[in-house]
Amino acid sequence: MSAIGELQRMRKGSRGPLGGGRRDNKAAFVFLAPWFAGLLFITAGPIAASFVLGFTDYNLIQPPTFNGLDNFARMLTDARLHKALGVTLIYVVVSVPLQLGAALGLALLLDKGLRGLAFYRSAFYLPSLLGSSVAVAVLWRQIFGADGLINQLLGIEGRGWISDPDTALWTLIILNVWTFGAPMVIFLAGLRQIPRMYYEAAATDGAGKWTQFRSITIPLLSPIVFFNLVLQIIHAFQSFTQAFVVSGGTGGPSDSTLFYTLYLYQRGFGNFDMGYASALAWLLLVIIAGITAVNFWAAKFWVVYDD
Amino acid sequence: MIELRKLVKHVGLILLALVMLYPVLWMVVSSLRPDNEIFRRPGLILDGLQVQNYGTGWTALVSPFGHYLLNSAILVLACIIGNLASCSMAAYAFARLDFTGKRLWFAIMLGTIMLPIHVIIVPQYIMFSQLDWVNTFLPLVVPKFLATDAFFVFLMVQFIRGLPRELDEAARIDGCGHARIFLRIILPLMLPALATTVIFTFIWTWNDFFSQLIYLTDPEMYTVPVALRSFVDATVSTSWGSMFAMSVVSLAPVFLAFLVGQRYLIRGIATTGGK
Repeated sequence: MSAIGELQRMRKGSRGPLGGGRRDNKAAFVFLAPWFAGLLFITAGPIAASFVLGFTDYNLIQPPTFNGLDNFARMLTDARLHKALGVTLIYVVVSVPLQLGAALGLALLLDKGLRGLAFYRSAFYLPSLLGSSVAVAVLWRQIFGADGLINQLLGIEGRGWISDPDTALWTLIILNVWTFGAPMVIFLAGLRQIPRMYYEAAATDGAGKWTQFRSITIPLLSPIVFFNLVLQIIHAFQSFTQAFVVSGGTGGPSDSTLFYTLYLYQRGFGNFDMGYASALAWLLLVIIAGITAVNFWAAKFWVVYDD
Repeated sequence: MIELRKLVKHVGLILLALVMLYPVLWMVVSSLRPDNEIFRRPGLILDGLQVQNYGTGWTALVSPFGHYLLNSAILVLACIIGNLASCSMAAYAFARLDFTGKRLWFAIMLGTIMLPIHVIIVPQYIMFSQLDWVNTFLPLVVPKFLATDAFFVFLMVQFIRGLPRELDEAARIDGCGHARIFLRIILPLMLPALATTVIFTFIWTWNDFFSQLIYLTDPEMYTVPVALRSFVDATVSTSWGSMFAMSVVSLAPVFLAFLVGQRYLIRGIATTGGK
């Protein structure tokens, strides 16, 4: 049962494990006091604050001054922002399907009572723990450098994959695909929940392996695919470390690795252009929320819920 | 035939695992080689152990690398304590108590799991800089004491829901209040969920770069990721050996946590979806 499944069930209005029983407002308030404070000061409060700041000019030193829709007008003509949106979109659209495809493929291979499952699962999972670290980004910088590991193995001389604007983003896409282990583990857990008797019943009725896969595995796994898809898209939109380290904080060469978050960082914390950075943050929220909403809407057509 | 197919499958999987882990293995091996060999030896076979890179790397920055390891360790420990305390309390309320607006609050909590930190970082930074908390660990630690890692709240809610309610009822009949039920009954029973929280908090905080980069700008306060990054900028392609050595040092704790806590990691992401 995932957080997203839970949200969908709540939207459908089923009461589920919540509700009923006697009220305990006082105790609940005590137990939730830290969480309420966090909501107010750390999450919801700042979201509201950044909405207001989005309509100001603010450099942290002088007090913010309202400038109406200037920040949003500026977005329309900000070529680097458009570049950042393009780079991020390519990164998400290419790397997420590849990553999930690898995850699902491996999960299916590993599912059928294979010996050494624990070993394989660990080996494939480990990169997703290391992938977001600065150390691996440092390593990537060497591997795809002009005299890096890839060129040594392939016997190519002097081609810098990271210093070439045409290939730099692809090295980061490879890095994201490399971390397919986490969604793979989720797929494995999902596959294990499909009752064996479904397959046995289908086999008795004469269904072949392919038919079983198409009419049992795929529909019953679709909620997990949906969950992974929503999560990995949101996750990919937030990639920062790899691009930052690989490009030395610039998003180069020629802004080819300028992730949205990296551009936001440059505006906010490089130039202390806090008003514009807030507007950018809101645009990011709207984009991610929009894509997630579309995902939830599209789920009606392909995700099967058996409850 | 079936045996042969299985063999082919195993060979394929082992090859793939090797390809996946090769870059990391190569980094470890290369950190034990003289600097100039890194650019011409793609293999994994070592002629001998050469630990000189570790010495050079350790002292390459303003403070010895141990200083940054200690900073990261302090930060991680504080975050773990914060998450354990605040998330378990919130989870108890969501799993066991009934209160006004519970469904709405619960939905909000689930929604914040998916909230990108980049959306809130600007006003948060303004707030913390006005409190004069920049270049302290407070902006990184205080949110953990306020249950903002909703992922763990959800993980614990799921776990508590699986515990039999009869235990609470019996304790209530014996006159226990919620504080005692929580501390004496629920907490001891949810140790596996707490262990998962410890391991994930450890790894995510240890690896986290974005917020540490923003809040820690004084080299004295640098944690491992920020220090490593300043190392990269300082030594661009001059000494990959010492950079690899410190990268290996910085990944070692994550690897150890993975070895020790694998069971909890796998179960954690399998039941809640993970990041």
